[in-house]
Amino acid sequence: MTCHSVKNERIRQKSGVKRILLMGNPNVGKSVFFSRLTGVRVIASNYPGTTVSYMRGFMKLGEEEAEVIDVPGTYTLEPTSEAEEIALKMLNTGDIVINVVDATNLERNLNLTLQLLETGTPMIVALNMWDDVGHRGIHIDLKRLEELLSVPVIPTVAITGQGIKELVEHIPYATSPELAPSEHDERWLAIGNIIDQVQQVTHRHHTWLERLEDTSVKPLTGGFIALAVLVGAFLVVRFIGEGLIGYVLDPIFENLWTPVILGLSSLLGGTGFLHSILIGSIAGGEVNYVEAFGLLTTGLYVPFAMVLPYIASFYLILGLLEDIGYLPRLAILMDTIMHRLGLHGYAIIPTLLGLGCNVPAVLATRILESRRERFIAATLISIAVPCAALQAMIFGLVGERGGQYVAMVYGTLFIVWIILGLILNRFVKGFSPELLIEIPPYRLPLWQTVLQKLWMRVRWFLREAIPIILAAVLVINILYTLGVFNAIANFTAPVVTGLLGLPKEAVVALVIGFLRKDVAVGMLAPLALTSEQLVIGCVVLAMFFPCIATFVVLLRELGVAGLLKAAGIMIAVALLVGGLLNLIL
Amino acid sequence: MSEGKLVNLRQMPPGRSGKVVEIQGGAGLFNRLSALGVRPGKKITKVSSMLMRGPVTIQSGNTRLAIGFGMANRIIVELDEA
Repeated sequence: MTCHSVKNERIRQKSGVKRILLMGNPNVGKSVFFSRLTGVRVIASNYPGTTVSYMRGFMKLGEEEAEVIDVPGTYTLEPTSEAEEIALKMLNTGDIVINVVDATNLERNLNLTLQLLETGTPMIVALNMWDDVGHRGIHIDLKRLEELLSVPVIPTVAITGQGIKELVEHIPYATSPELAPSEHDERWLAIGNIIDQVQQVTHRHHTWLERLEDTSVKPLTGGFIALAVLVGAFLVVRFIGEGLIGYVLDPIFENLWTPVILGLSSLLGGTGFLHSILIGSIAGGEVNYVEAFGLLTTGLYVPFAMVLPYIASFYLILGLLEDIGYLPRLAILMDTIMHRLGLHGYAIIPTLLGLGCNVPAVLATRILESRRERFIAATLISIAVPCAALQAMIFGLVGERGGQYVAMVYGTLFIVWIILGLILNRFVKGFSPELLIEIPPYRLPLWQTVLQKLWMRVRWFLREAIPIILAAVLVINILYTLGVFNAIANFTAPVVTGLLGLPKEAVVALVIGFLRKDVAVGMLAPLALTSEQLVIGCVVLAMFFPCIATFVVLLRELGVAGLLKAAGIMIAVALLVGGLLNLIL
Repeated sequence: MSEGKLVNLRQMPPGRSGKVVEIQGGAGLFNRLSALGVRPGKKITKVSSMLMRGPVTIQSGNTRLAIGFGMANRIIVELDEA
């Protein structure tokens, strides 16, 4: 691994390396490298003006600190998607590139490697998954490959950390051979040439893991596996979420926080404006955290003790499924169904994200190519896919009345998702392109990467959602005091009572649903609803209108006209379905 | 060249291998597929196909790809001897 030229001396003199780009095909282990190279100070950023996100962190390089960027995965520098366009733009801002290459897929990966070399950016190659090469009957002549590429090539196994140290030591030797830009065909010819010289493949038998990989994309077995994975994931999310609530958060609130609240309550004299804003209504030395509706009671209990546990457990499981490599398989299995809804299989990924939060889900619809698909996917998500915060409240409140009522809420939303999708597919103009995705092999996830991702997502919830929850509780209290809600309730009574069969006060929850759906469901709690009314209330709340954060991203993604169309569909469908439920139940 | 039978990817039986001979359609599809390692001359194996016009799964080298039904119709393969 010694390819020093005059040129890299020049690079070293250039005051060291400032910004290192990790670039490579998707699914080559870039983010595992990123976790290994960087420490705790990691930032997820959006590329300005886009929704393509990337991770930024820092590493020690000798005496100096260098910035490390995990560039979105790309197969080629001739961009075919927005993420690839961004990768290309980022390339121009980096000082050196660490090109992460999947050693078991050398030929395909070299296409990007050669294109990167043609840009003249100093580079080193990390030949990752080196441990897998032997198993797959592949032999690679490292020395020859290094000679042919004229840049340092370091074999690595990012998942175990093997080779990372050598890689870091070689960063100062990154170099850029003079490689003339070439045409498509010439480049593939050059790649074929390299492959002939460095790689030998011997025949070998399929491993049991590959058989498992096959079964998960075959119609029958794949369907069973998908069902098992989804049911399993759901049960684990609930188990962790309920465990956190029952054994950690509820005890904390009851044993530690309740005395504080009671003390503060008597300090404030048990009544008055400030008391009702901060603490709300409490009675008889007990604090009902769901119904009290003060900033320090409901305002803290809903986000921390009802919603956060489910957010954390949902994103933990989603992160695991992502890193194991299961999601593309689900996309393939769902492709046939999703086509009936005017989408292709990949749309299952934003849909699953929507079960966490609709905001990143709507943003993720960008991975779909056509405008039509994005409109359908975003509309379906914001109507029929309840976010984790809303689901947590549905489980908390409706669950008390019995599992069959929770099933009614979910069943209704699922049926709406299917029927509305069929209708939109029929009437929305445009075309929906086809699926073309790589199916990565199953991999053991690295817990650092999983936890890093979980932390980013949880922190996002803490930062974005909690201020809005507190604001919603505050606004509710003030509007109550001013009597605004009574006016609204009387005005909308015909629709709410006549059509949906709910008490007219329930309209307040529908209005607040615009701010936060979890808080809104909480507001149904003190209304003494029957179980059937609670089901109708939750279904209508889920579908009726997106929360403000989703509203903003819908506006950005669909434009004013698209948003108006989507919002019209939402209101119409919510009233129709709510009315039907009222008739049936 | 052997007298292999020409079929499109959709007609190819699962488990069989063959060599890509043609990708019908525009440069866009050609470029996307070739970046993923599927181009004329490459040997591929069909792993499975989903029911009811679902995607076709293939293996090319160590890469596995899912290719939509319509695209699969436009990839012409010369079958190896079974």
